[in-house]
Amino acid sequence: MRTTVTIEEVVRETPSTVTLRFRYAPTALPGQFVMIWLPGDDEVPMSLSYVEPEPLKGVTVKVMGATSRHFNQLEKGVRVGIRGPYGNHFDLTPSNILLVAGGSGAAVLAPAAEAAHRRGSKVSVALGATTANEILFRDRFARFAEEVFLSTDDGTEGRKGFVTNLLPEILSSRKFDAVWSCGPEVMMVKTLRASEEHGVPFFGSLERQMKCAINLCDACAFGPYHVCTEGPVFDGKTLASVEDFGTFKRDASGQRVRA
Amino acid sequence: MDALTVKVAGVEFRNPFLLASGIWGESGASLHRAYVAGAGGVVTKSIGREPRTGYPNPTIERLDDWGLLNAMGLPNPGIKNYAEEVRFALSKGVKVVGSVFGGTPEEFALLSVEMEKLGVGSIELNLSCPHAKGYGSEIGADPELLSEVVRAVKKAVKVPVWAKLTPNTSDPALLAAAAESAGADAISAINTVRALAIDPVGMRPVLYHGLGGLSGPAIKPIGLAFIWQAYEKVRIPLVGIGGITTPEDAFEYLLAGATLLEVGTAVADSGGTVFHTLADGLREILKERGFGNVAEAVGAAHRK
Ligand SMILES: Cc1cc2nc3c(=O)[nH]c(=O)nc-3n(C[C@H](O)[C@H](O)[C@H](O)COP(=O)(O)OP(=O)(O)OC[C@H]3O[C@@H](n4cnc5c(N)ncnc54)[C@H](O)[C@@H]3O)c2cc1C
Ligand SMILES: Cc1cc2nc3c(=O)[nH]c(=O)nc-3n(C[C@H](O)[C@H](O)[C@H](O)COP(=O)(O)O)c2cc1C
Ligand code: FES
Repeated sequence: MRTTVTIEEVVRETPSTVTLRFRYAPTALPGQFVMIWLPGDDEVPMSLSYVEPEPLKGVTVKVMGATSRHFNQLEKGVRVGIRGPYGNHFDLTPSNILLVAGGSGAAVLAPAAEAAHRRGSKVSVALGATTANEILFRDRFARFAEEVFLSTDDGTEGRKGFVTNLLPEILSSRKFDAVWSCGPEVMMVKTLRASEEHGVPFFGSLERQMKCAINLCDACAFGPYHVCTEGPVFDGKTLASVEDFGTFKRDASGQRVRA
Repeated sequence: MDALTVKVAGVEFRNPFLLASGIWGESGASLHRAYVAGAGGVVTKSIGREPRTGYPNPTIERLDDWGLLNAMGLPNPGIKNYAEEVRFALSKGVKVVGSVFGGTPEEFALLSVEMEKLGVGSIELNLSCPHAKGYGSEIGADPELLSEVVRAVKKAVKVPVWAKLTPNTSDPALLAAAAESAGADAISAINTVRALAIDPVGMRPVLYHGLGGLSGPAIKPIGLAFIWQAYEKVRIPLVGIGGITTPEDAFEYLLAGATLLEVGTAVADSGGTVFHTLADGLREILKERGFGNVAEAVGAAHRK
């Protein structure tokens, strides 16, 4: 059921990313997403970057196109429509987890990592961004992570290049029992490969076109799976078994197009 | 023959429960999945000539557990791109009914020919989408236009042609009779019922398109009435659609006169398990009530 929430806090995370906090009671688990509606614009899926009802739930939105730009301009007091949470969630039982995040991917990984940490898991983080001031949730991770490894495409902070370049070294020198990843799909493909090489179970949060979010319209079809309901979190085996992973998406018409 | 096996216009289905058009129909893999989950067959998403993105979100609005509003706006990748999805489903042995929509009789005919070439066993004409300008019920609510479309398609293809009709009319029997006399091999009904949701906080319609179509349990009585009235008027088989969620719902549609059934909204909540529940349940009910097979129960309520 849809309801309306009021944005109670706006946090500018990076020049292109903002966190919107609001009061929304339904129980949510880390990894799940909501459908957020800006009346007159669009309704889009957003992972919950804060899942606990107290003090406030939240979503963290990076500017990609018109709608996400609109979200980035919202001010405190604005009312938005919301429904959910939808989808599955991360399994929090691994005891030594490596996060690999790029772009807005840290949004969904941060609350999952915090929840795992509270249960006693150790968490390390590889964070990638285009440039230094676009690194998302660096301080949030630093509060509890064992280590935070940074990379930027332009070399303004951490290792220069893609975050996946850090992985061989991290995975060879430390022991993990899970890799969690979210970000551009090519990044996830490379991260999955690296995890497999080191025998570490992989879980990735996937993005696809979403319309109904309730397992009806097939907009989110990914092989035989529906990302809105059986995802967005998939294990590495499942991801690797679907031809479209890293190569094809469906556009709003349902046509398969190169990702 | 198994008690649940049904034949419509010479095409056999292993049970009467088909996946309704527009549900899980974007990909061949999802069509296959519905079949594996126990559907007797699947109806594709309604396909047009060119890719169409449909309306922006919100495209659906859930109303508790009694209904669902949608105005998708007929998103589809166009018949050329969709071919690979149909081929995939057919290659897995799925019984496929190809659904098409057009703005003119010629367009319907052309698309039906393409579907037939792909190998589908039957064609369903979407003459009933309530929320796409120039398509669907804008054509299908007019008996003249509807007849022209059915005639054009019947001339163009050999496979059976089903006309899917709209409940947004004052005289369902009139539409059914028009479809039959134009040569339709079966009638599917109903498509969604025109409806609206308003957001009282924002003080505007919820769906991007404004008006939408209602589906789910709320529309079962409307679907039953349509099938009832059509059964009294025409002799061709009827495909009952609208709110079918439990085996009892299915049995009621048979009693009202439906031979085949399509399931839409209920698929969402069940994740597909509904097909087994429906088939097992209907088998029990038929036995309990002394019917040897589906055909014996069709229209039984008219004979009381
Ligand atoms: C389950 C799920 C969870 C999501 N969670 C978040 C989240 O927490 N934070 C967030 O910012 N976004 C998230 N998204 C993505 C979000 O829903 C929108 O797709 C995104 O905000 C772009 O919308 P737009 O309309 O502004 O841009 P569009 O107009 O749709 O896109 C603009 C351009 O950016 C490209 N593009 C769009 N999305 C991506 C992408 N993810 N990666 C690379 N290129 C892209 C498009 O191809 C296009 O060229 C999530 C998506 C899903 C399915
Ligand atoms: C999300 C959605 C999309 C639909 N798309 C189509 C479509 O493309 N073509 C069509 O003929 N009917 C379409 N329908 C109507 C269904 O096929 C069906 O007639 C209607 O939902 C009633 O059945 P139900 O109550 O079991 O859902 C759609 C329905 C829904 C809910
Ligand atoms: S978004 Fe409609 S089925 Fe997943």
